[in-house]
Amino acid sequence: MRYLPLTCEDRASMLATIGAKSADDFYADVPQSARLKTKIAGLPDHQGELAVERYMTKLAAKNRSASSGPFFVGAGAYKHHVPATVDMIIQRSEFLTTYTPYQPEIAQGTLQTLFEFQTQVAALTAMDVANASMYDGSTACAEAAVMAARVTKRKKVILSGGLHPHYAAATRLLCEAQGLTVVQLTVAIDGEGELARSVDGETACVIGQSPNVFGTVSDLSGVAKSAHDKGALLVSVFTEAVSLGLVTPPGEMGADIAAGEGQSIGNGLNFGGPYVGLFACREKLVRQMPGRLCGETVDADGKRGFVLTLSTREQHIRRDKATSNICTNSGLCALAFTSHMTLLGGKGLKQLAELNHEAACELADALGALKGVEMLTPRFFNEFAIRTPVDAEAVLAMLDEAGVVGGVRASRLFPGDHMGDVILVAATECTTAEDIAAYAAALKEII
Amino acid sequence: MTTYYTKDHEWIRVEGDTGTVGITTYAAGQLGDVVYVELPETGAKLARGDDFAVVESVKAASDVYAPVSGSVLEVNSALSDAPETVNAAAEGGAWFVRVKLADAAELSGLMDEAAYAAFCEGL
Repeated sequence: MRYLPLTCEDRASMLATIGAKSADDFYADVPQSARLKTKIAGLPDHQGELAVERYMTKLAAKNRSASSGPFFVGAGAYKHHVPATVDMIIQRSEFLTTYTPYQPEIAQGTLQTLFEFQTQVAALTAMDVANASMYDGSTACAEAAVMAARVTKRKKVILSGGLHPHYAAATRLLCEAQGLTVVQLTVAIDGEGELARSVDGETACVIGQSPNVFGTVSDLSGVAKSAHDKGALLVSVFTEAVSLGLVTPPGEMGADIAAGEGQSIGNGLNFGGPYVGLFACREKLVRQMPGRLCGETVDADGKRGFVLTLSTREQHIRRDKATSNICTNSGLCALAFTSHMTLLGGKGLKQLAELNHEAACELADALGALKGVEMLTPRFFNEFAIRTPVDAEAVLAMLDEAGVVGGVRASRLFPGDHMGDVILVAATECTTAEDIAAYAAALKEII
Repeated sequence: MTTYYTKDHEWIRVEGDTGTVGITTYAAGQLGDVVYVELPETGAKLARGDDFAVVESVKAASDVYAPVSGSVLEVNSALSDAPETVNAAAEGGAWFVRVKLADAAELSGLMDEAAYAAFCEGL
């Protein structure tokens, strides 16, 4: 898009046309009480480009890049390697500038990649059908809950004690706005099975996570059976998509809806967003699925082509009765996901998952060998929780001084749940033996 | 056995206190090829005017409204597998639900066949 600046004459002529003296007149309807009386303290006047650049460079230097040293943060966002090819593909102008087009079938390339994305997500989660993405894992989880309520015509949603609290918060927000009741089970490191005991005849769905926020890998088959016995659905959530290269996928555990975060594949940490939500379900539920769906077809000449399909679920047709208000998906992030997944293939994904698990095992061995460090996660993929003999906030601050970003303190995610001495630690294929040695050495000094 | 019609293009065929409900041939023609029908559950309570079903064609998705109040005795689940029946036999085999009428007096607000034909003529 071109930038077309206005001249002072342009502005004067536009103002004269609409009969306004200045742009300030546009705000005449904003009540005086809602307006700022003085300048915002600390906010300087506008500056020249060079001055702004200098200032911003100084600010940016305060950031520490995840690649600049030993880095062990996970808990929903993971530092993985993104091959250069991914950036090259997504920056092609045909892809980079396309929003889901208003006449979607005109952009066959975009639709084809979304179709391939759906195919990959369905294969990854072992579900029948996947949509063309959601905003992120937390909104995918929330949409799964309200979808389950539509399917079952019930109003109760039960969240496991191992569900990522950000996912739980997004789910509560959307559900409660729609008059659903959300039951949160007590926070537990290894408590997904509790869902099986909590489900009753009023329950629309139970939402379990594996690996959960503490990294615990669980078999949700038993939960699925209990849920189905009561006529409820199982929503199986994941925050680490790479785990699906090794652990049993949601579909094989009997999940009715799989919802998770796809950032790990093809997408950088991006300061926390944009990310890409993955959403898949059983075929018989597809009419109640939110989001866009691309389908494969043939044109009048019998040639393969792609279309948006089942659009009557969507808000441009169904208005307030649409299955969701999501219309624009995370198209570019989905493209990055698909580009990387295509490069990996099924075998590559499994190898990548193995590298992650091996790195996490080495990290667990190194940290677990330290006197006073307690390993809390019984079965993990690439992250786990440890208990330190000293307050976690202090430990992480001291690790930081030693150049190690040591993880996420659990009390940030679960304030008030007596987790002041718990740290969530993650390793990926980017974690080197030197990183692990540096972590163990620094932690040994501290405790 | 009498058939009544609504301005929203539903029909109801009444026998005693039971009514069979569907959408009219005119409505099915306007919708085009029907690809999906969403039906209520047996036992569901309907108030007159409630949207109780959805009929989806290649062109549009439309709500189907209850011509009278009542409870659903039976749904035509065959429509799930063969929604095209709605185009072939809208006022016959493609009935949507059978309901037990709550208040037969509500029928007096509906049109008979001739009135409905005249109503469609004016559209």
